[in-house]
Order: sequence, then structure tokens, then C-alpha cells
Amino acid sequence: MSGTFVGMPAFPPPVYPAFPVAAHEAVNNQTLRGNLRHATHTIRAKRAKAVAELSDWAALREAGKQIKDHTLRHLDRYLVQLEESVTAAGGIVHWAADADEANRIVTQLVKETGESEVVKVKSMATQEIGLNEALEAAGIHAYETDLAELIVQLGKDRPSHILVPAIHRNRGEIREIFVREMSEWGRPAPEGLTDTPAELAEAARLHLREKFLRAKVAISGANFMVADTGTLVVVESEGNGRMCLTLPETLISVVGIEKIVPTWQDLEVFLQTLPRSSTAERMNPYTSTWTGTTDGDGPRAFHLVLLDNGRTDTLADEVGRQALRCIRCSACLNVCPVYERAGGHAYGSVYPGPIGAILSPQLRGTASEIDASLPYASSLCGACYEVCPVAIDIPEVLVHLRERVVEGGPVTREGNKVVLQPAKGHAAERAAMRAARWTLTHPGALRTGQRLVSRTRRFHPRTLPGPGKAWSGTRDLPAVPAEPFRDWWQRTNGGKDEAK
Amino acid sequence: MRVALFLTCVNDTLYPDTGRAVVKLLTRLGVEVDFPMAQTCCGQAHYNTGYRHEAEPLARHFSDVFGEYEAIVTPSGSCGAMVRELYPRMGERARAEGRGDTLAATLAPVVPKTYELTEFLVDVLGVTDVGAYYPHKVTYHPTCHGLRSLGLGDRPLKLLRAVKGLELVELPGADECCGFGGTFAVKNADVSAAMGADKVRNAESTGAEVLCAADNSCLMHIGGTMARLHTEMRPVHIAEILAATEGATEVGTGAVTEEEPRA
Repeated sequence: MSGTFVGMPAFPPPVYPAFPVAAHEAVNNQTLRGNLRHATHTIRAKRAKAVAELSDWAALREAGKQIKDHTLRHLDRYLVQLEESVTAAGGIVHWAADADEANRIVTQLVKETGESEVVKVKSMATQEIGLNEALEAAGIHAYETDLAELIVQLGKDRPSHILVPAIHRNRGEIREIFVREMSEWGRPAPEGLTDTPAELAEAARLHLREKFLRAKVAISGANFMVADTGTLVVVESEGNGRMCLTLPETLISVVGIEKIVPTWQDLEVFLQTLPRSSTAERMNPYTSTWTGTTDGDGPRAFHLVLLDNGRTDTLADEVGRQALRCIRCSACLNVCPVYERAGGHAYGSVYPGPIGAILSPQLRGTASEIDASLPYASSLCGACYEVCPVAIDIPEVLVHLRERVVEGGPVTREGNKVVLQPAKGHAAERAAMRAARWTLTHPGALRTGQRLVSRTRRFHPRTLPGPGKAWSGTRDLPAVPAEPFRDWWQRTNGGKDEAK
Repeated sequence: MRVALFLTCVNDTLYPDTGRAVVKLLTRLGVEVDFPMAQTCCGQAHYNTGYRHEAEPLARHFSDVFGEYEAIVTPSGSCGAMVRELYPRMGERARAEGRGDTLAATLAPVVPKTYELTEFLVDVLGVTDVGAYYPHKVTYHPTCHGLRSLGLGDRPLKLLRAVKGLELVELPGADECCGFGGTFAVKNADVSAAMGADKVRNAESTGAEVLCAADNSCLMHIGGTMARLHTEMRPVHIAEILAATEGATEVGTGAVTEEEPRA
């Protein structure tokens, strides 16, 4: 990793392979397949049960969708209102157009405290901008305190799930990481640590406790920001977030601009739908809310960094903008048959799964191999849309982004309208689609083609060479009938002559 | 009642037995079936791969061919969903692109009168016992677009339960996608194949002889996987089961009834 230069990107963006390439490895990794299958099927069943308990689930889902749509429609107004409320409550608001600006602001704020380490609440926004790496380059060490994030950080690994970033690890692997790595960063793993969940949790608790008690600066994200009061909300299960949000002297929160809700009352909806959708809990164990600073209680200084990083551009797209309704529950990952088999790393982003497949190509654009392949990382089965608590029609956006990849067209980038060229590598497909369209708008041509296929059927192989292997490597080709239906229909007068 | 059979391009070319079964079944139920010869393809593969503008002429062609009929019946959940769910969306997109209401207006007539076969039987004809006889152990896979886009619910199961001689067994993980997904099957072949293999294993665990579904494209993927894994199971379209009667010769999906050598 190179050093940070003001005005330059802090790090070259990592280059990830196209989705099918990365998925190829994951599909053949039997340990990973087993870990993911067990974890996703367990949480899937629990979620279904937790949601079925509520007779008004459909109404809550619709309300969540409408609140988010309304807020996004008037985001300009609510952001200004939020800034006023946070400022009035003693907080300081910063605006970051992109990842580099956000990283610079946070690094500067930490440096001003004179501290060289920070504790972190689990946060997707800071993962998205690569904050830990930017801080490290400035000599500041960020300690993840969420159990799963700790496992990922100690293992020098990448998160593979929004809610459970270490979902790809089993208990044995986690024990091994703790034993090997904890001593380098602080309190070592206890002697004779086994892989029972209680012992692993206790090892993490002891390791983290000294960090909580020592840290003077904490960094968080937020699940919600309430515009009219300036209140931020973090929803969690472990209590590590509560420690970070209350013990240090300085709190810096980096939050995507789409996380606003207009009023406290709107939380009524999301505090019901989020826990049931994510952890399958009726209510999550810890809900922390804070409004600016309070004398004699909690952090003395509070900074809110409002992050755009592609969100305004996404908002400009009338089909794609629904992705900004996302409350990061992970329900779509847990039901996705593609995620279950490809794993989170194949998505080349901190946002894996179906939601990642529509968020990443919008926030980052479709220029890279991975981003151009993500819209195709779905069979369009629709299970994600069905479970989404804010009714994001993920298949609709996937198809919309496929169109952007193959046809190009108008998009907004950094606030400017630009026209994208069709992506490379689709020329043969485009030609085939055009030829097929021509044939299919000329029934005579279709019939000639069908007859040709039928009459040569004795010579058809069961497997195909070259690109055709993508099908016939694992599946037999269908047997071709002696005649297409339309010939039978004509020959037998719609079956009437045959029946006689 | 006179209805148009929208067979779909895949069925017309590869699965004519499914078409013959629909004709036989509907005729038996007193429905006059027409097969407009000018029909081709609904445009789903184009649309779902990102070629919406290439799909538009196909949708307009569909509307020209089928617009005058009272009802349009198709033995495919996904092609039915293309017309019912995505044609209106294509109209909206054209409008958003500043191309006016022409496309929406052209496509509007066919949308409400397009029915997937089991939907037509249960909702329009009001029958669940279609007088079929099929003495086999069968498991049913609800294909995704039928299940989630059209909301077919338990209509296919109601029809299957009323078939004489048929033993229906539940498919574990039934509502999980089989992994076909149109061009997904080749663009993400590894994941698609893994999903297909899991579906086949679940189907095998039921001990059924036949896996049935309301979409031959999914069955092409599942059946191709079964053949490769040397599974003792057959994929059969639900229309062929519902068309079967006592004493009649069975037709099977694939239409190759005689053994023929292949290269």
C-alpha cells in the first residue's frame, strides 16, 4: 500500500476478477460451500419465522419503502435540516463528496486529537471508503470491535457478508485465527482455547475490553439519522457498539447520505423490519441513539461526516435509485442461491450478494470487469425482492444495469450527465441478439431454421466444443424432435386429422 | 371459448409434445384452440440479457399476432411473466425515454388476457380435476417466474392432486431456483450447474420417477443435469401429465420416441 497524498486517490482501487472467474473457485471449495450453506439456510429459516409472526408485515414493508422514497425525493431538504439539527445539538457536520475526501476529513480529525489508535463500530460506509487502510497509512491503527469484523481483521481477510462478514469461516478456522493473531494486537487468546462459541466469544471479549477502556477516539457509521432531531441510531447485537459510542472522548460517524429518515416516528417501521430481516430477532439487543453531545455524558466531541461517494449519481437514475432504499439487513444475501454458492468475495466489493450486484455498479460505475459482470450474477429468480423489507425490485435493477452494460446510454457521473458506450466483450452477443431478433420477427425464417435443426438432428452431438461447453460441460443438450410443433399443427390440421 | 395457444419459441422448436398435450387437454375441456402461425418469441431472452430495444419489435409482433384473441394461453411461467409483468414495464420505459405512449398502448391489450396454463385451467375454466390419469410417483418444482412473478401459488399442485393414479411427493427446497436463468446458465455456468446439481439431488431424494414443472426451459437445464448425473428420473412438463388419460399412449418431453443413433 502506498502513502496518502492529498488530492490524489489514497490507494489504487483493487482490481477484482470478473464474477464468473471468482465464483469458479468458490463453487469448487467444498469447505466454503458447506459453511455458506449451513449459515444461510439457518438464518433463512429463522427470518421467515420471525417475519411470519407479524400480521402487518406487508404494510410495514410498504411503509418502509414509502418513507425511504419520500426522503430520497426530498434529500436536499432533509440533509440541510439534519445539518442544522446536529449542529444545534453540539455536533460538527462535514460533507464528503467521495471516499478520498471522507478519508482525509477523518484522518485529520483523529490527528487533531493527538491519538494514534481508534476503536470502530461495525460500519459498511467506512469499509466502502477503505478508511482503515487510509488511517493506517497515516500511522493510525483502527481496531474493529464487532466480533465478525475482528475475525476478518485479525485474519487479514476480506468481509464476505454485510451482517456476518466472517460467514465464510467456521469455528475451527476462527479459533486458529485467534490463537495465531491476537497476541500481535493486544491481549493474546486464552491458553487452551477451544472452538466452542462461548469460549471464542469470551476470548474476543477479553481482547476487546482493553481496547474499549483505553481508546480516546471511536469511529462509527449509523443505521439511521433522524433529520428533525439530529439523532443518530446504531442497531447491534453485541454491545461493542454501545462501548464505542459512550466511552471515548471523541466520536466520528461516517454515514451515507441516504441513511436519513425525517422523524423519530419513522423509526417505528424500521426498528421492526430491520432486526427481523437481518438477525431474525424481534428486537435487537442494543439500540443506541445519540443527539450531538451532552454535558457529563458520553463523548465530548461529535463529528458527522456525510458521505456521497456515488449516491447522488445513483439517485439521478430513475430505475436504479431504489437501491438507495437499502437498510443493509442482508436478507437478500441469505436467500440468494447464487450468493450461497459463489460466496461474498466473488462480488469484489464490501457489498456482496444481490444488493451488492446492483449497488457496486452504480456507486463505482460499470467500467471495471467486476462491475460490468455483477449485473449478470443472478438467475433473476426473484427471491431477493420477495424478502426485501423495503421492496427493492433487485431483478428489475439488475436487468436495467445489464442494459447499461451492453447498450450504454445516459448516466450521471460525479454530478454530470454523460453517455456511456456499450461495454467491450459483448460484440458477438450483440450480433447474435440482433440476428435472433430479425429471425424472430420473420416467422418464415424461424420456420426454416427450425426445420434445419430438426432435419439434421441425427448429426447433433450431445456435447458442444468451444463456448458451447459452458452449457454442455455439465448438462446434456436436449434431443431435437423430428418436426417442430408448427409443422405438426399444419400437417394434422391442429391435431384434428390425427384424432380421426 | 376460443383461445390462442402461445406455445413459446423453445417449446415450438424443442418440445412439440408439450404443445400437443396443451391442445389435447384444452380440447378435451371444450376449449377451441388456435395456433396463430405467425407467432415467434416474446422477447424474454433479449430483455433479460439487457437488449430491451431489441426485444421491443418482438413484443410488438406478439401484440399484432395475439391482440384479437379472447385469451392467450401459454405453457410457460416465465414467458407468461414476460408478457404480464415486463411488457407494461417496457411501455413505461419507452415513455420515460420520451417516446410517448405508443409502445405502452400497443402492448396493453395482450397483458391482461395472457394466462399461464395452470392459471387458465383453475381461474378461467374453474377446473382442478381435468380427468387425467398418470400412474406415476411425481414431484413438482415451482419455477421462479411462475412462483414469484405470476404468483401461481398452489394451482399446479391442486391440478396434480386431482390426477388419477398420480402419487405426489413434496420436493425439498422446492422454491429454490434450479439455476437455469436464461443466459445466466452459460454466463455463470459454474454457479448455474451447482444449483442444478443441488436441485437434482433434492429431486432424487423424494424417490419420484418424474420431476414436473410448468417451464420447459428450466426442465431442459434440470433434465440435462439429470442425464449427465445418470439419474433414474425424467423431467416432464405438467401439461403432458394433465393431458394423459387412461388407455392413451404417453408422450414424453423431448419428443424422441423411437431410439435413434446420434453422432
